[in-house]
Amino acid sequence: MDPTQLSLVQAHAWLSSRQISARELTAAFLERIDRLNPRINAYITVDREGAMAAAQQADDRFRNGTATPLTGIPIGVKDLFCTENLTTTCGSKMLARFRPPYESTVTRRLKEAGAVILGKTNMDEFAMGSSNETSFFGPVRNPWDTERIPGGSSGGSAAALAARMAMATIGSDTGGSIRQPAALTGLTGLKPTYGRISRFGMIAFASSLDQAGPMTWTAEDAAIILQVLAGHDPKDSTSIQAEVPDYVNTLVNRLDGLRIGIPEEYFPDSLDGETRHAIDEAQQVLRDLGASMVSVSLPHTRYAIPTYYIIAPAEASSNLARYDGIRFGYRCENPEDLKDLYTRTRSEGFGAEVKRRIMLGTYVLSSGYYDAYYRKAQKVRRLIARDFQDVYTDVDLLLTPTTPGTAFPLGEKKDDPVAMYLSDIFTINVNLAGLPGLSLPCGQDHQGLPIGMQLIAPVLKEERLLAAAHAYQSATPWHQRKPEL
Amino acid sequence: MSITADTVKHVANLARLKLDDQELAPLVQQLSNILGLVEQLKELDTDAVTPMSHALDMPIPERPDLVVPTSTREAMLANAPDTEQGYFRVPKIIE
Repeated sequence: MDPTQLSLVQAHAWLSSRQISARELTAAFLERIDRLNPRINAYITVDREGAMAAAQQADDRFRNGTATPLTGIPIGVKDLFCTENLTTTCGSKMLARFRPPYESTVTRRLKEAGAVILGKTNMDEFAMGSSNETSFFGPVRNPWDTERIPGGSSGGSAAALAARMAMATIGSDTGGSIRQPAALTGLTGLKPTYGRISRFGMIAFASSLDQAGPMTWTAEDAAIILQVLAGHDPKDSTSIQAEVPDYVNTLVNRLDGLRIGIPEEYFPDSLDGETRHAIDEAQQVLRDLGASMVSVSLPHTRYAIPTYYIIAPAEASSNLARYDGIRFGYRCENPEDLKDLYTRTRSEGFGAEVKRRIMLGTYVLSSGYYDAYYRKAQKVRRLIARDFQDVYTDVDLLLTPTTPGTAFPLGEKKDDPVAMYLSDIFTINVNLAGLPGLSLPCGQDHQGLPIGMQLIAPVLKEERLLAAAHAYQSATPWHQRKPEL
Repeated sequence: MSITADTVKHVANLARLKLDDQELAPLVQQLSNILGLVEQLKELDTDAVTPMSHALDMPIPERPDLVVPTSTREAMLANAPDTEQGYFRVPKIIE
């Protein structure tokens, strides 16, 4: 069997029994990247030397008995996690040559567990986008149909994994950027509770919403990676000081007694018919596994997009003020004076979508508008969060579509920001409420494109999401479907 | 809700962005569309609602105020576009 087709759990068994060495496994993935990446454009940087050196160390750990479940596992990391001395671009011209002087907590934890970082995956510029078309390094193509988008902003992480150019990848999710691309490429994608994983060394977009998470082929693989990444970090004051449960040993095959809420607002008339049908069938599978379905209502759902498009750009405009051409990143040529340096550096260094969001954020925070926009949005955010708190008194999880439809063609929504923003309509609420959400594949449309469904849990109940997803995957084949390449 | 080209230029100046004429016209339209979407929030009475500034209700954590080593000066300057004698170098700002 081709080792690039193994799940993380299977690969660990092969490595433990010396059926394959970490160096052989890494070399197989690097060869596959060489062959497929020119068509998919999933990686911005491939770190061959670093990966082979890490694989060598992994082999040593298997020999001396210090291997972990992630040791020797080849992983792709979204290019917004700072990796010490390895170029970290955030998909932007602004950071095209940025070599971070420090390591993000996410990549540090992966490295300490012995994972092999293959390279840095493509993404929408500064994680702003839902199609991976805003990257300075070109669009990523969906391995299921290379004329379609893979979703965004973690589109490179999704495409790399779907094309088996990594055994797992790491993404980040501010409004759906892990779950939406996972749905559009047939993967399992987990956005944990806000603060469950440290944001230290993660290039900031919207600080009150950003959260890292794993993208994997199975829920079991996601549990193994979350186990390594979750936990308090003194370097991130918003990281949660709560114990980390055992995510792997809490996986189950039955869901007896589990109450799953079906929120009516997530099934509008405009929902794609095949997506609706796939989720109906998934509900039957979950019932057969012992769960019961309960109709619920989250009445403020439709206010999530407008709320998000005030809060996220406001925080982004503030975070991105640091790109001024002085301390790091791009600087324009021959500035006339300091203001010209700032203005031309930012105008030349940022792409159109980033400028649009900085403009929007600056406008809503500008003098006289703060209360009408930003404070209003913060109030509505609380109403949205309360909707969830209210339904969780009655149900354990929520089940929704992840996206309104399957992957759309490249270019279709590129010049219509409002249409693009609406593709995150089912995922954004979860970020606003700070909750954990997971997307997993539950079908394919008539063109063979993957359909995803989303499970949403109360704060810090990731193990409940993973257990339900694992039980579903034990009973269905969708997570094993692969694109033909 | 629509905003004018002058407002967009004013905001661009606040954000230290320079827009050429080709960028300006579509941006005025797009920002107006997005702000139109945002208008929906006015339907909601939120007078009695406390703003939510953080995703989770948790106390602000405290830690001992200890000095810990961070990156060296050389490492922090290595990414700078222009440096001189251990400092970041910028265009002259005082005549």
